[in-house]
Amino acid sequence: MNSPMLPDALGHFGPYGGRYVPEVLMSPLEELEQAYEAARQDPDFQLELKSLLRHYAGRPTPLYFAKRLTESIRGAQIWLKREDLLHTGAHKINNCLGQILLARRMGKMRIIAETGAGQHGVATATVCALFGMECMVYMGEEDMRRQRLNVFRMRLLGAEVVGVSGGSRTLKDAISEAMRDWVTNIETTHYLLGSALGAHPYPMMVRDFHRVIGEETRAQALEQIGRLPDAVIACVGGGSNAIGIFYPFVGDTQVRLIGVEAGGRGSRLGEHAARFSGGSPGVLHGTFSYLLQDEHGQVGLTHSVSAGLDYASVGPEHAWLHDQKRTEYLAASDQEALDAAKTLARMEGILPALESSHAVAEAIRRAPSEPGSVYVVNVSGRGDKDIDIYRENMPELDR
Amino acid sequence: MVQTGTRISNLFASRKAEGRKAFIAYLTGGDPSPELTASLALALERGGADLIELGLPFSDPIADGPVIQRASERALRAGMTLPRLLEAVREIRRTSQIPLLLFSYLNPLLRYGFERLARDAAEAGIDGVLLTDLCIEEASEPVHQLRAHGLDTVFLAAPTSTARRLKLVAEHSSGFVYLVSRTGVTGEQASLSSAAAPLTWRMREFTDLPLAVGFGVSTPQQVAEVAETADGVVVGSAIVKCIEKHSGEPTLTSEVESFTRHLTEPLRRSGAGAR
Repeated sequence: MNSPMLPDALGHFGPYGGRYVPEVLMSPLEELEQAYEAARQDPDFQLELKSLLRHYAGRPTPLYFAKRLTESIRGAQIWLKREDLLHTGAHKINNCLGQILLARRMGKMRIIAETGAGQHGVATATVCALFGMECMVYMGEEDMRRQRLNVFRMRLLGAEVVGVSGGSRTLKDAISEAMRDWVTNIETTHYLLGSALGAHPYPMMVRDFHRVIGEETRAQALEQIGRLPDAVIACVGGGSNAIGIFYPFVGDTQVRLIGVEAGGRGSRLGEHAARFSGGSPGVLHGTFSYLLQDEHGQVGLTHSVSAGLDYASVGPEHAWLHDQKRTEYLAASDQEALDAAKTLARMEGILPALESSHAVAEAIRRAPSEPGSVYVVNVSGRGDKDIDIYRENMPELDR
Repeated sequence: MVQTGTRISNLFASRKAEGRKAFIAYLTGGDPSPELTASLALALERGGADLIELGLPFSDPIADGPVIQRASERALRAGMTLPRLLEAVREIRRTSQIPLLLFSYLNPLLRYGFERLARDAAEAGIDGVLLTDLCIEEASEPVHQLRAHGLDTVFLAAPTSTARRLKLVAEHSSGFVYLVSRTGVTGEQASLSSAAAPLTWRMREFTDLPLAVGFGVSTPQQVAEVAETADGVVVGSAIVKCIEKHSGEPTLTSEVESFTRHLTEPLRRSGAGAR
């Protein structure tokens, strides 16, 4: 039942992970790693985090049986892990509360973050407001356009949102710009990275702050269903909600762990963000993992209707679990995700985030052929932020 | 360990014997077009550059400020690749023996393969390699491959580097050590960081290799100031900006040459910067 003790001391998950950053960042990363290790072993830190997760964020989140959806498909039972019910509307708050406590311990009162869909940006702005810290969020201009509501939410919470106009003007470029800020302001600033990506210790630390999702799910399944699920399904952008729910199940080899990437609108480079089917190992933003790249090692452009999955690389632990064949990764297209969102809204009265809709789509796709199976789908976020995109794509409802 | 006989180490040895400091110019390969890279490198040499850092553009240059970001985008749009950069190197080598340092991010080289790169780069006439995002901890295999083909491996040291890390940087570097003058990305600064000189002194405790200082050096006054303590001075963004400004004009190479001459002026004055 024990999960492998990874990463190693230098942040490797097998060949993946590590630290590929300019020398300027090496000492700050070592300092962060030490601070995190100390915090992890400090009961006061853990107690404060636990209390915030419970009383501020709203943990534990329910494990909910989607009865009407299951009955309509007449296949596998579909259960939903309701991370969408957390404060700020997504799982992102778990990691933000952990890292903000760490930043305070380290005496870093200025917080920077990147955001794609805006959920991590909103969660970061929220914890900065809660702790009275300065907050600056980098966001691609394309993402600012498609997630306008979240841009305003961040500003309302007191954060400064900085548009990034370089490259593809999406998550990738926001991370690059946040890293440039961090390199420049390391004395005063903590980079509150929002996914299980980047240089060590981020992939490990972000996973640890989200593993509560899987720990709760595992205990709730045993209590409510009387057994472990047959499959756990989660969407994978950088991979934080997925690694959070997968990790406590890694040792339960009878539980299939299924990650769903953004299939976008086609299979050519630039039309999707399916790193495992379309990518190959490479280095981006400090870590070695699967990467969408061209023949010359330049990072490929990506597309997804969901800004949170629109990224060329993926957390290194996913790459390792993939190669070990412990997890499986497949893709859902833009259209499948949109359809799944509508189905879940109509069947259960739950409007999922476009990111989470990719996981819902996979559950709906495979359920008919697996009656008797039990699935848990991580509904990592709620869909309010995506109303504009749903409207654009469902003109029949917007007369 | 000091390797002898590379163009890079020979350069620093002869400059030291003359009591002068080396001027290192950065050029983004392929900016504004791959065809112009060799002639721009030769213009830098005529203007007084002693060593050229030839940048292979990367799509996500996290250590670079806006000027080099724009240059990288222009170069990639113009179709720059590693094979085309090596072509430019061969062209330079037809008339020049100036030391050439390949400067890039890890991924394009990883994709090409280090063994193949080491062989092809050495054959084309590259003298050393510096990769911004290759930290010492991950460098043993690339260093082994590059050294096996007689290439120097240059690593960065930063004001934030601890003594332990400075020692590691010294142990893995050959040719020279590149000192980053300040925390931050590449780009011009109104005044030089006060971190540069102390970093030079700290690094001296760990190595006899020549020390070059870069990041934020853009005027002859700053060149002179850096030369007070370092063995080499690197100018990047200011040169790239000059190329950007005159891109498309028939006078591009002569503008770059005269700008370089202007920057190197203080190093030519007898005894200037010598200690």
